[in-house]
Order: sequence, then structure tokens, then C-alpha cells
Amino acid sequence: MAIPVEMPKMSDTMEEGVLVSWLVEEGATIAPGDILAQVETDKATMDLESYDDGVLLKKVVGEGDAVPIGSLIAILGKAGEDISDVLSRYSGGAAGDGQSGPTPKPAEQSTPQAEELRVVPSTDDGRIKSSPLARKLAKDHGLDLASIRGSGPEGRIIKRDVVAAAGSGAAMPAPAPAAAPATAPATSPAVQTPAAAPASVPQRLPAAAFGADQPDEVVRISQMRKAISRRLSESKFTSPHFYLTVDVDMTAAMAARGEINALGEKLGRTKVSYNDLVTKACAVALQSHPAVNSSYDENKGVIEYHRQAHVAVAVAIEDGLITPVIRNADAKGLDRIAAETRNLAERARAKQLQPDEYEGSTFTTSNLGMFGIAEFTAIINPPNACILAIGTIRKMPIVKNDKLAIGNVMTLTLSCDHRVVDGATGARFLDTVKSHLEQPATMLL
Amino acid sequence: MANLQYREAIRAAMVEEMDRDDRIFLIGEEVAEYNGAYKVSEGMLDRFGAKRVIDTPISENGFSGLGIGAALNGLRPIVEFMTFNFSFVAIDQLINNAAKIRYMSGGQFGVPIVFRGPNGAAGQLAATHNTSTESIYATIPGLKVLSPSNPDDAKGLLKSAIRDDDPIVFLESEVMYGMKGEVSDAEEYLIPIGKARVAREGSDVTIVAHGKSYWLALKTAEMLEKDGFEAEVIDPRTIRPFDIDTVVQSISKTNRCVIIDESNPFASISSEVAYQIQERAFDSLDAPVLRITAKDVPAPYAKNLMDFYMPQVKDAYDACRKVMYVD
Repeated sequence: MAIPVEMPKMSDTMEEGVLVSWLVEEGATIAPGDILAQVETDKATMDLESYDDGVLLKKVVGEGDAVPIGSLIAILGKAGEDISDVLSRYSGGAAGDGQSGPTPKPAEQSTPQAEELRVVPSTDDGRIKSSPLARKLAKDHGLDLASIRGSGPEGRIIKRDVVAAAGSGAAMPAPAPAAAPATAPATSPAVQTPAAAPASVPQRLPAAAFGADQPDEVVRISQMRKAISRRLSESKFTSPHFYLTVDVDMTAAMAARGEINALGEKLGRTKVSYNDLVTKACAVALQSHPAVNSSYDENKGVIEYHRQAHVAVAVAIEDGLITPVIRNADAKGLDRIAAETRNLAERARAKQLQPDEYEGSTFTTSNLGMFGIAEFTAIINPPNACILAIGTIRKMPIVKNDKLAIGNVMTLTLSCDHRVVDGATGARFLDTVKSHLEQPATMLL
Repeated sequence: MANLQYREAIRAAMVEEMDRDDRIFLIGEEVAEYNGAYKVSEGMLDRFGAKRVIDTPISENGFSGLGIGAALNGLRPIVEFMTFNFSFVAIDQLINNAAKIRYMSGGQFGVPIVFRGPNGAAGQLAATHNTSTESIYATIPGLKVLSPSNPDDAKGLLKSAIRDDDPIVFLESEVMYGMKGEVSDAEEYLIPIGKARVAREGSDVTIVAHGKSYWLALKTAEMLEKDGFEAEVIDPRTIRPFDIDTVVQSISKTNRCVIIDESNPFASISSEVAYQIQERAFDSLDAPVLRITAKDVPAPYAKNLMDFYMPQVKDAYDACRKVMYVD
């Protein structure tokens, strides 16, 4: 019996995956555990393992194709086995069944082949689908079809795609860096450089530069940007955000960090960043403010309170951001938080994070201090109740014991989901975080 | 211009031609005494007498062969089938005699004959009385096949058919016989065989539809207009020789084509036209050519099944939106 291989759900939020590359050829013998292909989810590029053994009879999905979870992507079985059953099962039943329903669809009835083609993606790997007219237009304009994204069925390049590409002056194959809305933790100086750098500068025709109607560059929305869009829109539009801002005097924290890092250097430990201090301070504070460490679940009709403080740290990566999680951060030493954060951030930038490394947070922080941002507001990372936006440490005049002094001020802004965290609740939490940072020893209690 | 029913337009063409040329005669079942099963030949017996308007027994093979023989001997017969479904019992006469004698005689003999009558589906007439025959006859070299969609074309094309020196299959429709329209009363109103008519101009999608499917195409275009799309509707009028040039010209503008053809789909006129389009207009196509046809089964009797069997406006509308990539 031929065995269908489906697009698996590789993360909680994944809805579709892009088959980035096939790692085996049709006809190859597959054992359980063999890697068949690489799949780009909304979060990472992951290996697709086979759970079965057999011969790879057919690659149903071509490289670069995006398919929803549960779609047929390949078929395993015995060599030479008939796979038409499997194909037709996934193509949504027999096309051309005139008696299948009361609503007539003669167009489909009369063109069963066309119908089937639409449902079962082409098996020709890397084949560019385009209408004859699109091919001719692309040739006339000297455009490479490979550089044009198709908007027709199954990514077919049609007239309007070529016209758009021609109008933009040049078709842009490479995804360009987005204006970085992303945040990065200050774990190391390396993080302070934005991850994505443009591979090439788009060449712009003078005419296009003045044309407001024609985009200068058209880039397909990546899985990651789709996920960011979906999740953050959902958060901002469903959880009523309010914001609390507090200034923290970091003078004591700076001294403590200096001491810790001097000791750590002798012991060969990872250098602790200010961000690590904030992670720790938040995690400890969460234990005494359960409402902030909770999730409002409207579907279930419950508020879930979390005993453990899993603090996610937003990391800027190419074309997006991801929030790896420091689990039980309240119970971990600063050097361990530092080491874990650095490791997770590096692997995040390499798109190597596994779902259990970026899922399950109970609270999130976002730091733009390394860009000199004094303060900002962040969008809550669902299903968290709050997110803390961390600004840079500024030398400022402050009043201390009725005397003017030079302070080292860091501004923290807490975004709260008002459905579960009220003003006073959030304010008390923020005050606890502030006192932990201003008296770092309290974090050790 | 005169406002005539489709049946009256056909009658006018026959009468005008028979007045002009006394070699022409009409033969068929009920054409004379009964004034025609569908009253197409009403009054013609009185006008031309029993020698030129001739009733026959139920014997299509016989009177078709008689017509062909008469044509070979210098007359110009019009043979009426009560329906083209009945032409099947005479199909050897049409396919092997009428169509091929000019070729087989090295051009020595021609067969100037018109076989005419209603074709295709006409409601709840069930499996054996609802066949669309155009692709069956159009596949035979030597036969010309005409399928006018309106009274004016019916008259102009029938006059041209009667004057043509080769056999013509002239396809009418029971459900169109009562349809009224402006018809030219010019004495020499001849519409050339093999010329399509652009019935409606548009730039977004080309709809090709002959016979009564043409009216479906117009309704589809009206629906699309409400959505802001302009469909170009082409009525081929002649099935063979097919005016592919007009269709290709239109597709070079619209880049998309939907064919409505109430025949059964396999090896139908729509199959042939779609083939010719991809051959001639490949680089102009931005979407596959789609077609709306009858279902691939014999025509049912029950009304609900018959409605399902026949092409519907909604299907054509959906197909047009699909090729325009708007859905």
C-alpha cells in the first residue's frame, strides 16, 4: 500500500509550510528517520523526517511551494506501485462526478484534467509555471521568469505579474531586509548589529522612482512575516493594551554587573548583560505577581495562571524576529541565563531553533537599548499577559537625597493586557522589577 | 428591415430563393400539407405547388438519397429533417454520398443540397431527441455546417447555403423558431459562409458561442458587466469552415477565452476551437481556455436533471471570472 507523506504541523502557530528543498530523489529507498526535505515554517527551517520505510515514489510538491498542513507532499511505497488512489484521495475526490451534489459545476465537469492539475501540485521540481502570454511578455521585457512571483493558481505567473515586474523596473528575486521593527537582547555586542544586511541594492530606474503607483520592488511575504502579522495583529486587536512606564536607576546594577563579570571572567563564565539582569528581575518578580504571569483564554473561558516563570526574549533575525524562551529563569543563575540567551539568539539567527525552544513563554521582554532607544511600547506576545519594553541606559541628572546627581537611568515600559492585568496590578509588578534592579541583591533572596 | 420570427426568416429565405430559381424544391416530413412540423414552411405548398414542396413518408434515408440524386442531376434540393436526431438514419447519405461525391468524382459532380432542421436540445425530449450534431457533421470533409443564432443570420446564411454548390448542414433550433428579431429584407441579403460575427465588443474575456448558446453568452456578458468586466462575444455562425481568425484577433486583445457549446463535451466543437486557439493564439493566452458544455451523458428526461445537464449562465459566468483570475 502506498503511504502518503503529509505536511506536518511543526509548530503551534504553523498553518502552512514551504518545501525549501528535497534531500532525496524519487526512487530512493527511505528508512524511518531519514530526512526527506527541508521545510520552512513560520518560525524556522526544519528537517522533514520520514516515519515509514519504502521507496520514494513521487514528490508531489515542488521546491518553493507553500502547502497547508495535512497536504500531500510525497508518496512512499513499493517500487512501481500504483499511487493513483493516494493522489485522488488528496485531490478532493473524483473530479467530474456529475452526481456528487445538487449544485452543478459544469465547468469542472467538462475539464476534469484541468481540475486535477489544480488540486495536485506539479511534480516537476523547480518548474516555473507561467501562462504563455506571461512568458512572451517576460521575453519582450527581457525579464527572467525565475525572478517573478506568480499570483495565479499554484503560483502560475500571469500577465499582471509580468506587468508589475516590468513596471517596477526590475524584478527582485532576493527578499530585502525589512525596516527592522524587531528587537534584540543585549547579550553581546554581536547582537547589536542588525542581523539582516541587504545582499544587493535594488537597481531602480529613474522612471520608477517617480511613479507612485508602481512599487520599486515586490517581495513575497515570507512565512515568518505572515506569522508576525497574524499573531501581533491578533494581539493588538483583541487584547486591550495599556502602558506603564517607570525609570530605573541602574547605578547599583552597573556596579553589580561589573563585579559579577569580573568574577565570571576568572571562572570562564559567559558575560552577563543588562538584559540578562532584567530577565532575572522579571522572572523573580513574576513569582509574586501571578496575574502578570497568566494567560487570558477567551475560547476556554478561563484565565490560566502559570507557576513557572518562562521569560521569552525577542531576538531580531533576518526578515523578522523570534522569541526564544529562558525557562524557569527565576531559578537560574545570571551566568546561566546569559549563556542560554546567547546560545538561543545565535541559533535563532541561524534559523535552527526547535519549537520547544520558542514556545511556551509566560512573559516576554523586548530590548531596543542597543539602538539608543530611550523608551518604546511593545505589542504583547500572545498568550502572555504582559511584555516589557527595555530602553537604553542614559546618563541623566537625577535628584538623589535632595541633591542633583548624575544617574544612570533605564526606562522600562510594561504593556499590559487589561483583560487580565489592571493598572494597579501592573504597577506593583513594575515596582518590584524596579526594586530588584536598583537593589540587585534582592534578586538573590 | 422586417421584424420576423426565426421560422419566418428561414421561410423568407426559402421563398425568395425558390422564386428566383425554379430548380430549388423542399422535401421532408410534413413540410407540405401540414405546413411544417414547426410551421417553417407554412404557405409554401400553396405558393409553389406539390411538385416543389413535397411530403415524404417517415423515411429519412430514402428522401435524403432522393435529394442527393436530384442534386446530382441538376436540381437544388432543400431537405428538411423534422429534427437532426432523425438524420442519423440517413447518415450514410450525408457522410458518404453528399459529402464525398465531388472528391470521388474528381470534381465532375457536385451535390448542391441543403439539409436543414432543428438541432440540439429542446427541453424535455429525452435522450434520443436532444443530440447536438454539429461536431458529427463538421468532422466530415466535404460538408459545410452552419448554425445561425438569430433570425437575421438565419435568413442571410440560408440564402447563401441554398446558392452554394456543395452540401450544407443547416442547423436550426426548436426553441428559437419563435424568437423574433430584425431581419434584412434586402433582395440580395447574403451572409458569407465562414464569417464570424463579433456580437459584443469587450476587452476582458472572449466568449465564443454558436446557436442558442450565443444567448447564454450575452447573458453572461451582462452579468460580467455588472462586475465591471467587458466580455467580447463572438458568434461563429458557421461551424465549418470555422472563422478562427476572428477568434484569435479577439484573444490577442483579451488574452482569455471561454467557449459555450451545448454539445456533449468529448470531441465537440468546443474541443476543436480550443485546439485551434492554442495553436494559433498560444502566446496571447494568460489562462487556459475553459468551456461550458452539456454533461457527458445522454440527455435526461426529468426537468431538474435536464436543467443540470445543460450549460447554465452561472457556469459561464464563473468560468469567465476564473480565467480573469478574479476569484
